[in-house]
Amino acid sequence: MDVVLDNVPAYVQGFLVTLRLTAYSGAASLVLGLLIASLRVAPLKPLRVAAATYVELLRNTPLTLVFFFMYFVFPQFSVLPPVPFFWTAVVCLTLYTAAFVAEAVRSGINSVGVGQAEAARAIGLTFGQTLGQVVLPQAVRSVVPPLINVLIALTKNTSVAAGFAVVELVGAGRRLSTANAGDPWVWVGVAVFYLAITIPAGLLAARVERKVAFAR
Amino acid sequence: MTSVLYDAPGPATRRRELVGSVIGVLVLAALVGLAVWFAAGRGVFQADRWDVLYDPPKNQTAGDVWRSMLVRGLGATLRAAAVAAPLALALGLALALWRTTRFRLLRVPAVAVIELFRGLPVLLMMLFGLLTLRLDAFTAVVFGLTVYNMAIIAEILRAGLAALPKGQAEAAYAIGLTRSQALWTILLPQAVRTMLPSLIAQLVVLLKDSSLGFIIGYSELLRSVQTNSQYFGNRYFVALFLVGAAIYLLVNIFLSRVAIWVQRRLQRTGTTAAPPPTALRGDLATGRNV
Repeated sequence: MDVVLDNVPAYVQGFLVTLRLTAYSGAASLVLGLLIASLRVAPLKPLRVAAATYVELLRNTPLTLVFFFMYFVFPQFSVLPPVPFFWTAVVCLTLYTAAFVAEAVRSGINSVGVGQAEAARAIGLTFGQTLGQVVLPQAVRSVVPPLINVLIALTKNTSVAAGFAVVELVGAGRRLSTANAGDPWVWVGVAVFYLAITIPAGLLAARVERKVAFAR
Repeated sequence: MTSVLYDAPGPATRRRELVGSVIGVLVLAALVGLAVWFAAGRGVFQADRWDVLYDPPKNQTAGDVWRSMLVRGLGATLRAAAVAAPLALALGLALALWRTTRFRLLRVPAVAVIELFRGLPVLLMMLFGLLTLRLDAFTAVVFGLTVYNMAIIAEILRAGLAALPKGQAEAAYAIGLTRSQALWTILLPQAVRTMLPSLIAQLVVLLKDSSLGFIIGYSELLRSVQTNSQYFGNRYFVALFLVGAAIYLLVNIFLSRVAIWVQRRLQRTGTTAAPPPTALRGDLATGRNV
């Protein structure tokens, strides 16, 4: 117990790094994921294929592999000057999470009944009107809960950065654990910080889901 | 290309789409070409960066390299997953049953366990096993994978049980089955059946997460890429990494395809549990029913 109270600054520092990782890569992956999702329904086949390939590749790749590539293999090309590890981690998490965001958005769009789009087309709405005024407003309802779940997974995934020289919560926990002969309380402290994010977010997702599950 | 979102294109639109497609392909090809040109400029495609795969230096044979990656590396990855998956399934089932007992108070510990382990990173539990429980790397990996995935699997099974029509349980009790008889012969078989795609998808996640063993020092596939590169020299990193990545992709895509196949099959045979309203749903982009 004391080990947590004695090391509050280390925990808070790690927690802030975790929060920054989550916030930056969360925002970036939402943008990238939306872009990929819109490419996947685009009228041009090559764009659809490219987007689908990206999603399929990244979803079947372990996040550790993405990190491994960015930290060990990519520098072999020496394309870019070395950037701080933190930003490399943000890039890895963004590329990985974007695939899941795209998938959540796409399945949300698909959850809207075909009849809705058919009716919209039948009364003469254009592609833009159909998508913007009929399909997307309904899709948003079923996209939000899975998106929250994607962001929860992202929060947990930021821990992989601990294996690649970013001292976030798990990294801080590993240091404290080694310094304190594996005191279990170290991990209780780390867990509390994670649960402080993941449990409220999970409750929010469940709540939104219930609210949204109207007459379906 | 038939889509519900826009009309079947006429000749003018088809021409425009063709132009757009060509431009799109050209842009993509240009990007790939640029990357390849850049890589070639750095000598990535020279034979002395790839010969590790067929004629490695340092008096090693190609067989040694491939064995270290496929047998020891991939073998270690699969071994961790193969031990953790049945454990997670069994414990997840136990948790799901505990979570649905009829006495509310008895459920509390199960809910607590599920919510706790669902909300924590797998890596945290692996490090807990390694540093605090003093497990060896393999056991720590299995521990982390099992604890996390049993919580997820418990949730999946609970959702499957909850999705069954009430009449199934009522009918079972009406013909005089006990609770455990009803569970094992009526409810669980149906719940597992409807949730099979999710369960397989979760096993893919489990296999992917076994790569976290790389971080805690378990010598799995990624570690074997790294040790090989360090032994033969950094110039082989790209070649060895590509092999490792290809192995992961092949295994995972194969498993994902199995999940999709199972899902299709289940939909075709029709489960006794309420089927999803497929008639109203469809893939808007392609106009196909999904």
